[in-house]
Amino acid sequence: MSLLSVRDLTVKFAMRDNTVTALNQISFDLGKGERLGIVGESGAGKSITGFSLMNLISKPGFIDNGKILFEGQDIVQMSDADLRTIRGNRMAMIFQDPMVTLNPVLTIGQQMVETLQAHRDLTRQDAEKIAVMKLREVYIPSPEDRLNQYPHELSGGMRQRIIIAIALLLDPQLIIADEPTTALDVTIQADIMELLLELCQSNNVGLILITHDLGVVSQMTERTLVMYAGRIIEAGRTREIINDPQHPYTQGLINALPQQTLPGHRLKQIPGNMPSLANVPPGCPFSPRCDYAVDLCRTTLPKIVSYGQVEVACHEVERLHADDAAQEQSA
Amino acid sequence: MSSLTTNSEPSRWARMMSSNMAYSFRRNPVAMVSMAVFLLIAVAAVFSPLIAPFNPYDPANIDIMNSELPPAWVAGSDPQFALGTDDQGRDLWSTILYGTRLSLIIGLCAVAVQAFLGISIGLISGYVGGRVDSVLMRLADIQLSFSTLMVAIIFLAVTQAMFGSEVFNQYAVFMLIAVIGIAEWPQYARTVRATVLAEKKKEYVDSARVLGFGPLRIMVRHILPNSLSPIFVISTVQVANAIISEASLSFLGLGMPPSQPSLGSLISSGFDYIFSGSWWITAIPGVVLVVLVLVINLLGDWMRDVLNPKLYKG
Amino acid sequence: MLAYLVKRVFQAIAVMFAISLVSFAIQDNLGDPLRELVGQSVSEEVRQELRDELGLNDSFVVQYLRFAGNALQGDLGTSYFFKEPALDVILKKLPATLELVLGATVIIIGLSVPLGVYTAIKPNTILSRLIMGVSIVGISVPVFLTAILMIFLFSVELRMFPSYGRGDVVHLFGYWSTNFLTWDGWLHILLPSVALASIMLPLFVRLIRAEMMETLQSEYVKYARAKGIRPRRIYFVHALKNTLLPVITVGGVQIGTMVAYTILTETVFQWPGMGFMFLEAVNRVDTPLIVAYLIVVGFIFVVTNTIVDLIYGLVNPTVNLARMGA
Repeated sequence: MSLLSVRDLTVKFAMRDNTVTALNQISFDLGKGERLGIVGESGAGKSITGFSLMNLISKPGFIDNGKILFEGQDIVQMSDADLRTIRGNRMAMIFQDPMVTLNPVLTIGQQMVETLQAHRDLTRQDAEKIAVMKLREVYIPSPEDRLNQYPHELSGGMRQRIIIAIALLLDPQLIIADEPTTALDVTIQADIMELLLELCQSNNVGLILITHDLGVVSQMTERTLVMYAGRIIEAGRTREIINDPQHPYTQGLINALPQQTLPGHRLKQIPGNMPSLANVPPGCPFSPRCDYAVDLCRTTLPKIVSYGQVEVACHEVERLHADDAAQEQSA
Repeated sequence: MSSLTTNSEPSRWARMMSSNMAYSFRRNPVAMVSMAVFLLIAVAAVFSPLIAPFNPYDPANIDIMNSELPPAWVAGSDPQFALGTDDQGRDLWSTILYGTRLSLIIGLCAVAVQAFLGISIGLISGYVGGRVDSVLMRLADIQLSFSTLMVAIIFLAVTQAMFGSEVFNQYAVFMLIAVIGIAEWPQYARTVRATVLAEKKKEYVDSARVLGFGPLRIMVRHILPNSLSPIFVISTVQVANAIISEASLSFLGLGMPPSQPSLGSLISSGFDYIFSGSWWITAIPGVVLVVLVLVINLLGDWMRDVLNPKLYKG
Repeated sequence: MLAYLVKRVFQAIAVMFAISLVSFAIQDNLGDPLRELVGQSVSEEVRQELRDELGLNDSFVVQYLRFAGNALQGDLGTSYFFKEPALDVILKKLPATLELVLGATVIIIGLSVPLGVYTAIKPNTILSRLIMGVSIVGISVPVFLTAILMIFLFSVELRMFPSYGRGDVVHLFGYWSTNFLTWDGWLHILLPSVALASIMLPLFVRLIRAEMMETLQSEYVKYARAKGIRPRRIYFVHALKNTLLPVITVGGVQIGTMVAYTILTETVFQWPGMGFMFLEAVNRVDTPLIVAYLIVVGFIFVVTNTIVDLIYGLVNPTVNLARMGA
């Protein structure tokens, strides 16, 4: 049985006079200890996916439809009290910006101890011992002293390490990391990612890594979802998606990587912008920017179809595969 | 509303007025009723000499024999005086109309002074920066930490004691406007300064400078329009506060004299008669004052919700 | 910490210096001390002699230094009306005012925090809407009008509470007179305290609500929820602590306004405190008393502001008191 199984997850936002669909029928699975990357431009729905897995969508957003089965239980249907026993305990989250994630008026120790005490019956002394142990695991120097410090006394990189330590406090099954390094200095981004990877592997923790950086995804994850305008447009093994992207959008993303461009040449950016969720064009949402778009793309939404190892939502890919199949038959 | 803004090219402000603000106004019954009540009071105040049956400032119109007559719906009233009379025998309805006019004039003028001072200082402080900025903002801090009402009470009390009440009463209107106006500039200055600092970094200010526009033109034509929505919200609240301050000062006998009463002094003169049962001299102007301030505050609340400006917080 | 304290005390002294200058200028220009001392029937020569004797012909600086020196020793002149040292007159009135302020402060703090937090957590309930509706009416009614209204309702019509004065007070330590030890005292202080609190309370409810709602939107509150922390702890530990920081600052700014409102409240209730006394002194042109009031009120204001600043520094961990002193 997989650790996490998401089916037809749809999230909407109630606006002044209409509702906007931010996530549209997202489905995917995650095995125990598996690492999954979710990539896409900002606004594609990556972060919303992360937050809905914890049922933490805040108003005016709401989960409209779908199931999120975590260890067999449906997160969507769960009561607040039951959700609390999962959040921070079985499933932990690492937020984007460590500068604003920790509460400025509580010490590191208080914020670690409260997390432990929320889920386990522990004395403060015992909780502090566990906290120090976890701080040591994320290579925080002199962890005992850190407990009495306030967040503002520590650097951004240090704070993100502490947040990783907090995520590991209760030995969760799954960690959701929402762009954990975008707010940090470039020089320490790699360190944090390496640490996260090392800890997930050694503790056999599942990871959902939300990022816009395909390079990071290729180093960190085994499988990848590519999102566009609130939908999954391509999903599969990370290596295959990087080496042989099927969807024109994924191809564009990979071509836009700096490594794909010769020195002195312009980056090959995808022309245009992602449509705002309030007015997604009919048909394939990527069609206005797509070189391969035909009339069908502009009128009919492509369904996500599985081709062995990868799943792709694209009419062109579907046609190519149909052609291949036809050729094979005629041969 | 849109007719006001159809001149020249539609600015950001004009577009906001026509779309978001008008939309929310039409959907908000509280705002509509408040606006209607405010306009009603304002029109009645402006045209009080035409509406009022008596001129409360004219001693020939006043007969002490008519004093403390109750309003029309209470036994013992005189049909001449719909809302009764005050302790001096003045028609209360007329006196309230004139008093409302005074309260509104003082409130609006005081806020105009505040806004003028505050916006000028804020623009200079933000645009010039450096030492001028830090001195002006330090001054704003100090000014803010002293309560306006306290400063006004002391200033007016001392002036009254110094010049005697006769001279004081003659210039009461101007002194109230000045003292309430001068004390509250930091509110505006801080908000405007914050906008200036934010706008100064943007390209269009640089390009205006490159085009050779002077600092005054850049500030007034380019930067100021961007601080309009917070200025609007602050002004609404400030008018309400200024009216309350004026009423409080007049109540203490440090504002408008009984011969030329504002709503506050009218309430004050009625207070002495409340124990003898003549509640209307206090209660009716009191209700008018509260309704006036309340509708302004409600409009301010609504505007803050709609415009949602970044207000400077202490 | 010490450096910060020293710096803060220096600021306080500077403000006191400014207040004393203003007070002296007022004393110098308001009323003629000679007439108060000897009346008008004295010849011009005797007047000049007296002027010399009293030092009224000295330079401004010399006169100010004498004034400041006397003030530091607690001598703020003699009240023309009471024929007593002005400072003594004021200190006798001080307990009445401070107890009134205390009563109002207890009401404000006791109610504004729970009401503000409740309306922030549950903004859409009928009770919240009611509280917010009442609060906007509350800030629209001037203090003196609330006071009059309450007198009319509870004293004149219902005869439940007395309308003026302090009632029976108990003297403590030979000096302090308190309302809080007799039933009659409680009855007398209730209406004035409520009236004094009436405009500040809605102000603080609205402020706490706005700050709390903003805090509840913050990343760290969302993070606390993601950690599985109970709502009660999120509201009262994570959010409230951050909410109260700006509230403390505003509270400090409002101290001056509170003093101004005591003048209004005391006038309506004829409460024998400093504010009521001040207005009487103004009407009698009792210059030494006016000046003494300014200095005492200025002093209270400076001291409380310094204390509020220190509390803010102690509560807010991001304020480094040691570094701020440098």
